[in-house]
Formats: sequence, structure tokens, C-alpha cells
Amino acid sequence: MVEEKTRRADDVVSLRLVDPGGHRLPDWAPGAHIDLLLPGGLTRQYSLCGDRWDPLAYEVAVLRERHGRGGSAYIHDRLQPGDRLDIGGPRNNFHLVPADRYLFIAGGIGITPLIPMIAQASLLRIPWMLLYGGRTRTSMAYLDALSDNGDKVTARPQDEFGLLELDEALAAQPVGTKIYCCGPEPLLQAVQACAADRPVGHLRLERFVPKDQPPPLRTTGFEVQLGADGPVVRVAPGCSVLDALEAAGTNVLSSCRQGTCGTCETGVLAGEPDHRDSLLTDEERARSTSMFVCVSRSCSDRLVLDL
Amino acid sequence: MTARTTRADAPTMDTDPFGPDVLEDPIPFHTALRDAGELVYLSRYDVYGLGRYAHVHAALSDWQSFESGAGVGLSNFRREKPWRPPSLLLEADPPQHDAPRWALEEILSARSLRALEQQWTATAEQLVDEVLARDEPIDAVRDLAAVFPLRVFPDAVGLCADGRENLLPYGDHLFNAFGPHNELVERGLSQIGQVSAWVNSQCARDRLAPDGFGARIWEAADRGDITHEQAPLIVRSLLSAGVDTTVNGLAAILHALATSPSQWQRLRADPGLSRIAFDEAVRLESPVQTFFRTATRDVRVADVTIPEGTKILMFLGAANRDPRHWKDPDRFDLSRNPSGHVGFGMGIHQCAGQHVARLEAAALVTALAQRVRTLELAGAPRRHHNNTLRAWASLPIAITPS
Repeated sequence: MVEEKTRRADDVVSLRLVDPGGHRLPDWAPGAHIDLLLPGGLTRQYSLCGDRWDPLAYEVAVLRERHGRGGSAYIHDRLQPGDRLDIGGPRNNFHLVPADRYLFIAGGIGITPLIPMIAQASLLRIPWMLLYGGRTRTSMAYLDALSDNGDKVTARPQDEFGLLELDEALAAQPVGTKIYCCGPEPLLQAVQACAADRPVGHLRLERFVPKDQPPPLRTTGFEVQLGADGPVVRVAPGCSVLDALEAAGTNVLSSCRQGTCGTCETGVLAGEPDHRDSLLTDEERARSTSMFVCVSRSCSDRLVLDL
Repeated sequence: MTARTTRADAPTMDTDPFGPDVLEDPIPFHTALRDAGELVYLSRYDVYGLGRYAHVHAALSDWQSFESGAGVGLSNFRREKPWRPPSLLLEADPPQHDAPRWALEEILSARSLRALEQQWTATAEQLVDEVLARDEPIDAVRDLAAVFPLRVFPDAVGLCADGRENLLPYGDHLFNAFGPHNELVERGLSQIGQVSAWVNSQCARDRLAPDGFGARIWEAADRGDITHEQAPLIVRSLLSAGVDTTVNGLAAILHALATSPSQWQRLRADPGLSRIAFDEAVRLESPVQTFFRTATRDVRVADVTIPEGTKILMFLGAANRDPRHWKDPDRFDLSRNPSGHVGFGMGIHQCAGQHVARLEAAALVTALAQRVRTLELAGAPRRHHNNTLRAWASLPIAITPS
């Protein structure tokens, strides 16, 4: 449920999301993202940029994509506090790993995963620097809060300074520095080129590859078949596959019920799952040979499970 | 064992939860603890105890309020020096906990274990055949539960063949050391120096075979996911938490099957139930009985304020038999769905090796179900006392081939 919607910069709003029942949300670490499942079958991924010590809320910040397919426009124009929406994850392909020092490089809305990383580096007293670029100063979210960090933060709006001077920023960093970059593709490629001689694992990039064809996510129920010739169980909206199976007398072992522990992994023989777990990689999601029935659902009318 | 109210504002019990009577049979104590209240003051050690499922589950999940970094035993690392360098997983909190946990979780994920399944199944079948070929009554602990994990797990880690006999005493002492400094801890002290030295020496990169879990931990350090200083301690976590726990988990299911003939027949008819059966045995027996947490701030639980820095003892075994949550909790029942039990913990510290344990158990239990016709107790079983583990010393059984 959307608890608050706050303007953060030109064309950027943040959402504070809570469980409607006031329950804990699944744990996460800096670099994690969630899926927002929007009306019309759109799924959009947003980095969590709030405080992990608050188990009751997630914060994401959303840029209005001028040429998008309507996901961010919906969030900007239509979504209101009190509205409910489904989420998937959190998942993390951008872990903050131990280092002697960090260099964070953000382009525009790419600042979001770096915000909790910066908080964590500060907490651990690990030296860090942030190089933050954006179109204009007023388009750069969270700049006010970040400027409390003095000369650790270098803000470089493009209309004032031009493109980020990456060579200079990287040259100032000793070999042991771990570099985290999130932003538009040209920035990622430029950083990759500048950091080509860095040791393995010292440059980490976050890249949201938009899916060409977002799967038709259902708001209606669907069917689950137990094995190729087995009985069929109906899964109603709002009921998990796991609960539906259990109600039909099929016990599937599970534990966390959040898509994080991996206990309820079930083979998929046919149909297209709607993955909402924190475990499968993007590649494994594409292959879809298994799913976590505690949280994941179906895009197709029927899933055939290896049960 | 009756509860009364004291200045601590919570119902108070003065029973020693680590005393020989409770360790021999914790069930009556657990019942009294749950019935005494949501939160109980355990005056013997000046700690609070949680025994009801809902409260144990909530506290395990709430790492923000209940930390592990001050130790998950009675000893408070804020004031006392730990007996060994603290674990980077079990005895750590976010953010320091993140990287070691993430690295180990990847290596021990259900998907990366699939490569081992065939081999472990073959090893289990061979062991069951060996045991069936004997003419004498067997001891399910000595001949199965304590044998099978040691045939598969150290190889999977990549340990050398010599010295593996140190693994069980190390784990036994480690799990005793989470309790008070009682006779059980005292008894382990004489050999722990030597045993620890062996365990620590096996964590070095050059002692570990390529392709094992241990080597993969070092590779994670090469990729920068963890540091090279962290790698040996994460290997140590495997050797600490990966052996005694599974031995006792297997003993738990063997005892349950040997004492529940109808469930044994059911499993034989459908060996596919072995996964559910193992988790049901873990629920019923809770091989890991207890862990402590420490309040990170003044925490309100059930109208009582637990002062910051106070230890809270979570009784996983009591939660797993709480009739407020489980129907007919003392019964071993394969039609039950044991999902959600806290035998592997819950939350960010939930057992990183749970998929290893399940794979070991599925291999052995399936082999038994397919090859053994009758499996019955053949003598009085005997408990092994440990401050944290619920364990069997001896479990005489008689088995006949299918």
C-alpha cells in the first residue's frame, strides 16, 4: 500500500510502501530492487532507497520516463496514497561487498540504489566518494540530503559542468577501491571503459534491462495442474499457489513464505509463471523451469507443476 | 516449575533450562514455559525466555530489535570475551552479516546442490545395504545417523581424509558453549584446544580440494564478494554447523520412524514423502533447541520492557510444539504440513545449510523406505545431553530387508 508520495526533484517522486496489515516486509540489503506490478500488466523495477532498519516500509523513487510505456506516468499521475499495489522481490544483483573504500557513481535516478549503500559505508566508517551527475541541478533527487556529506559528494549537473569526468575520478582511487555505478547505459559503458584495468569484482554495475514484452500479469485467478495427468486446482486472486495447493490437500514444504528461503521451489512443466521471489536470477526467470509457490503466480491460464 | 510474578514484571521460572532433567526431557518444561506467559523471566540466568510459536517466530525475524552480534549463547559478547573468534554468520548482524551470508547462501542453494544429489543417493543406498547385511541389531545413531553425513558432507566441503573424527567433538563443544559454563562445557575443555586447532587448520585454502564448498568460498573472496580474511571463518561455519546438526536431525527422523509404525508404512508406500517427513521430524524434535538473542534497545514484549543489552532465550523446541499453533503437536504425522516450523530458525539467520540437511535426509530416508521392510526399536534409546542440541547417544533398532 502506498503510504506517502513525495516529490523529490523535477519529474521524480518517491513512494513509501507499507504492508496494509502493518506487517514486516521482507528483509533487504543495499542494492536490492523490487517489482511494482502496475495496472495493465506493467511490471517495473525500482531500487530500494530507504532504511533497512525500518522493517515496516520500503522507499522507492520513480523518474517520469518521457518515452516510457506508461508505468512511470501511472505512478506520477494516478497513483495516490492509500492505493494498493502488488510487489515482487526484493531481489539483489548489486550487492554491496566489503572494501577498503568505495567510489559511487550515479547518473540521474541511478542515485537510488546508492543511497542506502552510502548510508551503510558511513555506518561502517569506510571512506567513500560520490560522483553524481544529472541533467540539471533541480532534476537530481536526494541532492539536499547528500550535500550534508561535504566534499565526499561531487554533484555535477550536466548543464553546468558537462559530462562527468570519469578518468579523473577513477585515477584518484587506489586499486583496492570498489566502484559502484548506476545510471543510463552510456554512463555505464563509459565507466566500464575507464575501469577496464581494475581487478575482477572491483567494478559493479546496476543495469535494469527492460523486458521487451512485459508478460500479461493477471489480476484474475488461474489453474494449477499437479503433474502432466494430475488434478487441477483453482488459484483465486489474493490466494497463493501454496495455500491453494494446501487447501486441496497437497502439502508443499515451505518456510519463509516471502520468496527468500528457497524451500518451496517447485518444478514447472508447462505454463508461464509470474515470478515474484527473491531467488531466481534473470536468466533463471527466463528459463522458468521452477518457481517458488509461496509468492509466485501465473501469467498463463494454467500452470503444470511437477508435483 | 510453577510460575509466579516478580519485580521483573514477567512470570518467573527458576528452573535451569540447561539442567540434566530438562536436557533429558525438555517437554514438561516447555509446556510450563509456554503456559506461564508470552514472555517469561528465567531467574536462574537473569534472562528472558520465549516459548510460544508466534513470539519465537517474531523475535527470530526481528533482527533490528534482537541482535546476534552479542553472541547467540548465554555469554554476552558486549561484556565477555568469546571463547573463539565470533562467527561471521551466526554471531553477526547486518551490515557485516550481509556479504558472508550472501556468499554462503549462493554456494549452498538448492540449485547448486543438485549436482550432488545422484552421488549422495548412491552413497545412501550403499550404506543401507551394508547395514542390512549385518546379522546383529544396529544402532541407528552409530551406524546410520553419525555415519552418513560424514561420508558425504566433508567430501562436499573438500576436507582431507585425515582428522575428520575431530568434527563431531568440535560441534558438540561449540553447541554446549552456547549454554552456561556447566559440567557439559567443562568436560569438553580438555580436548577443545586440539580439536579447534585441527578445525581451524582445515579452513586454509591449500587444505581444501578444488570444486568443494570450501574452495568456492575462497573463489568468492577472489571475486571480491567477501574478503580473504573472511574466507577461512566462513569455511569454519560449515564445519561448525554442518555436522552435529545433521547427525541429530537424521537421528530424530530415525527415532520418529522407529516409534511410529503407521507413519513408517506410509513412507514406504510413498517414499516421495521423505522431504516432508524430515521437516516434520525437525519440527517434532528440534535438533537445535535454543538460541539467544540480545535486545538492541528497550524492547516491549507482552507488556514487559526487556532492557537493552538483556539476553533473550528462544526455545525453538517449545515453539515447534506449541498447541496454540500446531494441532496435536506431539504427534509425528506425515499428513501434517510442517512448513513454517522454526527448527531451522527464521529470518536472516535461518540455517544457511538447510538445503544440505534436506538433501542428506532425503537421500538416506528414501533409501531406507525403498530397501527396508520393518524398522523398529530394539532396545531402550539413550539421550546424549548437550546444552543446545537435542541428541541421541544410542538408538538400537532392528531392520529387515524389503
